[in-house]
This record gives sequence, C-alpha cells and structure tokens, in this order.
Amino acid sequence: MNQKKSKTPMIVTLVLIAAIYIAVFVAEQMLPATSMLFTVLKKGAVYALVAVSMNLLNGFTGIFSLGQAGFMLIGAYVYGIFTIPVADRAQVYQYFDGGAIQFTLPIVIAMILSGLIAAFFAFLIGLPVLRLKSDYLAIATLGFAEIIRAVFQWNGLGRITNGSNMLRLFPGFNDFNIRNTDGQVTLYLSTLIPFIMAGICILLIVLLINSTYGRALKAIRDDEVAAEAMGINLAHHKRLAFCISSFFAGVGGAMLAMYQNSIQAKPFTSAMTYEILLIVVIGGIGSITGSVFSSFLFVACSEWWLRFLDEKQMIGNFEVPLLRNGFRLVVFSLIIMIVVLFFRRGIMGDKELPDLFSRRAGKKERAVK
Amino acid sequence: MSETVSKNEVLKLENITMQFGGVVAINNLSLVVNRGEIIALIGPNGAGKTTAFNCITGVYEPTNGIVYFHGEPIVVNHPQGKMVKQYGGINGDKYKDRKPVVYTPDKITRMGIARTFQNIRLFKSQTAFENVLIGTHLRRTSNMFTATFRLNAKEEKAMREKAWNLLEEVGLADVGNELATSLPYGKQRRLEIARALATDPTLLLLDEPAAGMNPQETDELGEFIVEIKNKFDLTVFMIEHHMNLVMDISDRIYVLDFGKQIAEGTPEEIQKNPVVIAAYLGVEEE
Repeated sequence: MNQKKSKTPMIVTLVLIAAIYIAVFVAEQMLPATSMLFTVLKKGAVYALVAVSMNLLNGFTGIFSLGQAGFMLIGAYVYGIFTIPVADRAQVYQYFDGGAIQFTLPIVIAMILSGLIAAFFAFLIGLPVLRLKSDYLAIATLGFAEIIRAVFQWNGLGRITNGSNMLRLFPGFNDFNIRNTDGQVTLYLSTLIPFIMAGICILLIVLLINSTYGRALKAIRDDEVAAEAMGINLAHHKRLAFCISSFFAGVGGAMLAMYQNSIQAKPFTSAMTYEILLIVVIGGIGSITGSVFSSFLFVACSEWWLRFLDEKQMIGNFEVPLLRNGFRLVVFSLIIMIVVLFFRRGIMGDKELPDLFSRRAGKKERAVK
Repeated sequence: MSETVSKNEVLKLENITMQFGGVVAINNLSLVVNRGEIIALIGPNGAGKTTAFNCITGVYEPTNGIVYFHGEPIVVNHPQGKMVKQYGGINGDKYKDRKPVVYTPDKITRMGIARTFQNIRLFKSQTAFENVLIGTHLRRTSNMFTATFRLNAKEEKAMREKAWNLLEEVGLADVGNELATSLPYGKQRRLEIARALATDPTLLLLDEPAAGMNPQETDELGEFIVEIKNKFDLTVFMIEHHMNLVMDISDRIYVLDFGKQIAEGTPEEIQKNPVVIAAYLGVEEE
C-alpha cells in the first residue's frame, strides 16, 4: 500500500519558479540596468544561497554554527585569486610582485573550487568543533571565522591573498552581459545568471534534504539519542552536513565577490553571519522557501525600500520629523522585532512552497501546536 | 578466561558494573538472553534497569565487564584512570589485561540490537511514516551523491515500501501521514517498536513498553510483542513494571535491586522467591 501525495502542488511550484525566472529575464531587458531592483535581485540571490546553506546546518541538522562568514570569505578569496586575468595580476598584486599564482581558471571551475576549499576547511575545523554542542559550537565557529579573517589579511600570505589590499579585476556579474563589438550590451544576463547559479545550488540542497540523508539529518535535529539508536552515525552525518553547508557558503562567497567586483577580508565580520542568521530566523528555521523569500525581503528593505528614511523628506512645506541618516536602521530593527513577535516560527515556519498549495499543510501546522 | 559462548546465546552480560563517580548504579550484573526468548528485567525504581540497557546499547561506557552479542564482545571495559581508586564494584581486576572495546550506539544498532525508550523519543517534526523510514537509513547502499541525484530510486522505493509494511504490521497504516507526536500514547509506543524493527534487529530491547497504558492496552501489547517476536524471528529483552504482562509473556525474569541482581528464574519461581517479594513485590499491591 502506498499513499501517494498529490502532484499538483509540486507542478504549481515549478511553474511559479519558472515564471519568476522569466520575469527576471524580461525585466532585465526592459528596465534600465541601473535600477535598484537589479541590485536587490543580485544581492538577494547571493544571500538566498548563503542563507539556505546556513539553514541546512542550523535548521535541518540542528547544528548551531556561526562560521558562515568565514567560509564565504574563503570562497570569495579562492574565486578572486584564481580568476584575475594574468595580464592584470601585476596591477592587483602591486605590493607583492604580481602574486604567486600566474594562471586563470574558468569561472565555473573557480566557483566549484571555492566551495571545495571551503568544505575542506570545514572538514578540518569540524574534527574538533563538531564534538561540541549548541552554544559552545556557535562560539567556536564564530572564533574560527574571525581567525580566518585575520589570516587572510596577513601580509605573510600576501603573494596569494594580497594581504589587506583589495582583490579586484576578476569577472563579476556584469561580465555576463553579452556585448557587441562596440561594447554595447545586446543581451542583459547579469541578474539571470546569478539567479541560475543560486537556483542550481539551492536545488541540490533541496534534493539532498529530501533524500534519505536529509531524513537522517532531520532525525539528528529532532533527537540525537534516538537518531543514534536508529543506527545513524552522528559524527559522520554531522561532518557531512557541515562540509556541504560550507561548500555552498563558499560558492555563495564566490558569488558575493562577483556581485561586489572586489574583495577585502574586512567586511566578512560576524555581523555578516548575524545578517544571514537573521534571514534564516525570519524566513523560518527549517524552511528553504522561507530563507530564499526572506533574503530578498531583507536585502530589499536594507538596500532599497527604506532608503528614503535616511534623507530629509518634505510633504508640501512640512518636513517629516526624525528622518535623518541612520533612522532607517531604527525602523528596520523595529520591523524585525515585529516580524519575530507575530511570526514566532518565522514567516514560513517549517513549510515549503509546495505545502502552501496543498491541503495537508494546514493540518500539519495545527498538529505542531 | 574462557570465551565459550554457545550459539544460542544472543546476548550475554558478564560482570557488568556501571559506576557514576562514587555511585554504583549496576554492580556485577551477569545475565544471558537466549535466542527466541522473551526475557524481562524487573526491579524497583532506580534499580539500574535502564542503565543496563544503556550499557548494552553503547550510550554509557560501563566501568567494568563484558557484553557479548552473538558471541562477539561489543563492550569490554575495566576500571581506568581515576576509577581504579574509586571503583566500588567487584571483579575490578578480572578484565585488567583486556583491551577496552566500546562501540558507538549506531554501530551496535547496525549489528542488530534495536531499542525503544522509556520516555518516548520519536522524531517530533516528522510523520509516523517518516519516523519508520529513518530506521531504514542504516541498511542503505547508496551514498550521498547517488541519494541526492536520485540514482537510488529502486532502493528508495524499497525503503518506503518496507516502512509502510511495518506500519501495517503494527496497525498504524491509517495514521501514517499524521505527525508522530499527535498520536495517542499507546500508538506512539507501537510506532517506536515499528521504527526499531525497521533497523532489521535480531535483538529487541524494550524499555517499559507498557508504561502509561491501561490494563486492556497492556494485554494487547503483550500479544503484540509475542506476535512480532515470532514474525520477525526476534529475541526480546524488556524492562517492565506491569507484573501481569511480565508474568504472562516472559520466559525468564531477572530481578535487579539497587544495581544488584537478586534473583533469576521463570515467572513461577520469581513469584515465589522470598527475596523478590521482600525487595519488590511485597511493596507493591500486586
């Protein structure tokens, strides 16, 4: 006897996602490339991937790690180091004799390498750190991220990392636009390509979560003792989740580098990890859809929709009080508090997009309470 | 020391002592569970019954003693470090020359010992079906990549079928898609057993399977345990407080009190045993 779930919600979801991709593509051709919309979409796509990778760890495996910024930094640097064109290296590494590495990898290979090296670091760090539980693990991973940041700024590694100087001139999102011989853009792809990159990575994570391994990870989250009694090797599965999450954080870091067009270790602080944690919590711990959705919401609020609060605004002759530089952050924090108060389990709880279109979802939600 | 273990012995505990600091939770427990038997471990609260289970399944590392499973030592330990001085049990020197072996719980489950828990430990966020499905994970042949890219579709299908069959076996097929924690207590206990069976055990450890059940449910559970024992060719080792259930279905009973084994025998023998009556049955109204 098999109880088959209805396929309709899945189809609706796929159609919706396809529609979003088409809309992004069309909008990019129609609207001016300088529109804030595209900044938000690009950064949102990057953050979506990183948030989902963090959710894999914090939401699906129950490992409370705060090392995300560290792994992103590794990914961003690996991408930058291996994709700067050889001709430009002398200029970028001007204080370090043109750097030690004198070859360039294709973009996709460099991105995968970013992930692999981040995952490798995760493996090494996981050996001691994954023995810890909850808060202790969070502190240890946070410490790791800070150490990595310091190491990458160290001048002793300057011939590879360019010390505390910027890495730049590597291919960014804007280089995906197709130009004719005059340098005129004929086809805008600078937003669609990051969407596709993030989409593929998130799809892989979704497939993993819905496989037997994903079920094992969720079992570990729900009850470690019972999971172990079910024959699930805790150390192995936790390490697996940690490395995979870091892999995608590394790829996300590479995408962030592409978005920013330059990399410096300095901004990869714990504040960046907290931003991502915030996205995960607001979206719903244990919901991929929630993470993706709240990434775009977060980026839009912080970069775009609330910008007007930082400037003096006049309504007729009346100057709106309180508005000045920094007020945006006050409002932003208030919004976050309100969201957390009214959506205790995040915007999506632990539901996914297909659940919204199926009738069973409501029942499951009620049963949780 | 001889290691003669007959083929019939599924589980054998030899001089197991578990000491937490200065507290001796189990003192020198030795017992044998033979193939196809239903053995009960009884004793007043705090006698060390669950601790014994935790020593067998690798959750605790006993201070001293050996556990054999199908003749293979899965736990071997002797007092080490500061426990050498603190050791309050007996036979502390017996295994001094043996190399300590302590398998992790997942490895012991893989070898064929499955268990349920005293306070139900189901995976709360998942449905009854998914709970059982997780039990099939350890016999997988797929790795992470084949599972992610759905190259293991055949195995996945077999896993799902097995999980549904087990749910049907324990009479929970109709609530398979309900959240595990939304089920009534008795069904949660059955679900835990189904989940344990999904790991293909040869020995099933049940920790107070009838706790919180009314007499009728308890009777049904007794029949159910015998039924699955025969169907899956299991050996059952259980901790239980319901004396009717214990006397009805168990072949032999071990009685623990304050960590020490005070009696062993068939239900009739135990019922007549004055030591047991004094320590345990005399206190209860049964």
